[in-house]
Amino acid sequence: MTAILRPAIAIIALFTLLLGLAVPLAFTGLAGVLFPTEAGGSLVEREGRVVGSALLGQNFASSRYFHPRPSATSEPDPENEGTTRVAPYNAAASAASQLGPTSGALLEAVTERVAMLGGGPVPADAVTASGSGLDPHISPESAARQVRRVAQTRGLPEARVAQLVAQHTEGRQFGVLGEPRVNVLRVNLALDALR
Amino acid sequence: MTLNGWAQIALILGLVAATAIPLGRYTAAVAAGRVTFLAPLERLFYAAGAVDPARGMGWRAYTLAMLASNLAGFLLLYAILRLQGVLPLNPEGMSGQSAWLAFNTAVSFATNTNWQAYSGESGLSYLSQMAGLTVQNFLSASTGIALALALSRAFAAGGVKDLGNYWADFVRITLYLLLPLALILGLSLVAGGVPQSLSPYVQATTLEGGSQTIPLGPAAFQVAIKQLGTNGGGFFGVNSAHPFENPTPWTNLLQSWAILAIPFALARTFGHIVRDIRQGWALFAVMMGFVAAGVGLVYAAEAGGNPLHIAAGVDPAMGNMEGKEVRFGTALSALWAVATTGASNGSVNAMLDSFTPLGGMVPLFLIQLGEVLPGGVGSGLYGMLVFVLLAVFIAGLMVGRTPEYLGKKVQAKEVKLAMLAVLVLPIFILGFTAVAAVLPVATASVQDAGPHGLSEILYAYTSGAGNNGSAFGGLIADTPWFNVTIGLAMLFGRYAVIVPVMAIAGSIAAKPKLAASAGTFPTHGPLFVGLLAGVILILGGLQFVPALALGPIAEHFVLAAGKTF
Repeated sequence: MTAILRPAIAIIALFTLLLGLAVPLAFTGLAGVLFPTEAGGSLVEREGRVVGSALLGQNFASSRYFHPRPSATSEPDPENEGTTRVAPYNAAASAASQLGPTSGALLEAVTERVAMLGGGPVPADAVTASGSGLDPHISPESAARQVRRVAQTRGLPEARVAQLVAQHTEGRQFGVLGEPRVNVLRVNLALDALR
Repeated sequence: MTLNGWAQIALILGLVAATAIPLGRYTAAVAAGRVTFLAPLERLFYAAGAVDPARGMGWRAYTLAMLASNLAGFLLLYAILRLQGVLPLNPEGMSGQSAWLAFNTAVSFATNTNWQAYSGESGLSYLSQMAGLTVQNFLSASTGIALALALSRAFAAGGVKDLGNYWADFVRITLYLLLPLALILGLSLVAGGVPQSLSPYVQATTLEGGSQTIPLGPAAFQVAIKQLGTNGGGFFGVNSAHPFENPTPWTNLLQSWAILAIPFALARTFGHIVRDIRQGWALFAVMMGFVAAGVGLVYAAEAGGNPLHIAAGVDPAMGNMEGKEVRFGTALSALWAVATTGASNGSVNAMLDSFTPLGGMVPLFLIQLGEVLPGGVGSGLYGMLVFVLLAVFIAGLMVGRTPEYLGKKVQAKEVKLAMLAVLVLPIFILGFTAVAAVLPVATASVQDAGPHGLSEILYAYTSGAGNNGSAFGGLIADTPWFNVTIGLAMLFGRYAVIVPVMAIAGSIAAKPKLAASAGTFPTHGPLFVGLLAGVILILGGLQFVPALALGPIAEHFVLAAGKTF
């Protein structure tokens, strides 16, 4: 019996020290030296304060800003222990709606969102929740539909806002990978910087 | 569907095929003990365990050593998860997991399943992620590859007495194959934006004055091995849909490649070990054929969108975007869904629960086919070889000859053991689903009404027994009922297959290797590829069709009729 258990215990313990502590700690150190920004969460600062991460979406409700996609994240409800309440873009608890294709609740939500955006056809990403609940991007089509509203609220010419969106539209990586998209936090930071 | 979408899919699958050749050859060299650049470290492991790496083991000794190593890993992980509240590297003050949840999680990671009934950023300390889960991500993968090597050696020569030394295989695969690849991939992921940090979470003040908690952690290294080892357990709750876990289409390409690279390369390794490269290619062709067909089906279904939503005013151009990320779109989400379920990986970059009925059925069916297309690292190859034995047996019946594979006679004993291994999945998937579907304690966890609710339960047990780990996430899985039953499905889905497979290895190894004659059925040509694909579909898939008819297929017609629940 010891002939079987001795190697099992010793080798698992040794691998835990190597792969669970030594290598990850050294790797963390190396990553921090080589890619300090990325390893630290791609944080974005403005006037010395962290305003978010370039990779994570955040909630925008004001008409002065481009709005992100709907988000299905929630947070613990302080008034009702054990339950949660709606909290879009809560990065502490990534989540999707997980609603199925024949879900009545999903169809109702989509229909309501289409109506709020002034009727169809609307780009699909603008009325559906992302897989992470933290999608930092919207499609260029969804951004284009918001240009007039943002421009009017800010008293800017529409062409200026549209130009800003174009500057912040990321194409496919290497011309082929992924889909064209606009980073909502970045374009909104650029809007604020116009003043 | 767009041309660009297809180009991305072809690019990634092409990369996988191209790297399978050198990676397969390298793995064969590691298995033969010819790679030695970390020899002092390797010897340290043998010294600590008091094992002689040159001493061969028969199938029983090999299997017992494997079980002992897995048991030790399971117990250590269980202890870490229970005690994380009082252990160091816990800046967010996470408390220990409950007994049921820790059992489920420890089984899940020890069996290479990575089913997750918890959410990483809100429930695990950095120590649990690093010293607990990351280690098991490596070791459960090495376990699978070691077993596949042992079975492959059984076919290599006649009258083989031993299948290799488990500890040598286990240590070498970890040190020479998985660790270097994980380091390279991990650094590439950090460069692409995946965090690797031990700092506490960051509080940000958003542009509108709200606050946002930004989670961090030693993610990149764990994400690298989770993909390379076909583990799939996410560092963050939503797995590779999370912008931190998979920030760009480039990191998505790296990860999609990593998911498929080793399972496909092992088909090639098999060719090297049995000294007939063509045999490896035949297995490779079956695997790639199913993956390509699956991607086509899912991409078509998802790009078509949800007809109810289109009728409600949604532009169909982007397809079904509920649960998907803008940066990936439907093409990369479809490829990922098929890669991770064909390969027993189980990570997600889009939520399968929100896929269209047929788009969600393909991943479900791929797991049910036995996780051999290409399957998990190692487990895919040994599972595929089980189907190969059944295929040559059926071919032998048709022409009235004793079936042979690679010069080894396949007789009643091997065929019985192979059927035993194949029957494990239907027993645990359909059995548990049937019970759960009528048990109030289980149905209370189901989110969606109608046929989709059945799909959620069916998917959970399919994923558990298939050691996949992905989910129709609407199901509330962190309950004692699901933690225990899915835990059992994972255990039996892994070890109740491994033991008969290793018994087959022992039996095959001892047989003489016959020379090929004019009457030998060739097992490397298109005829055999077609036969093997048919056997997988019929013996692996047919028993699940009634359940699929009640779940996703019923839902497809309900959706077409415009009904919601």
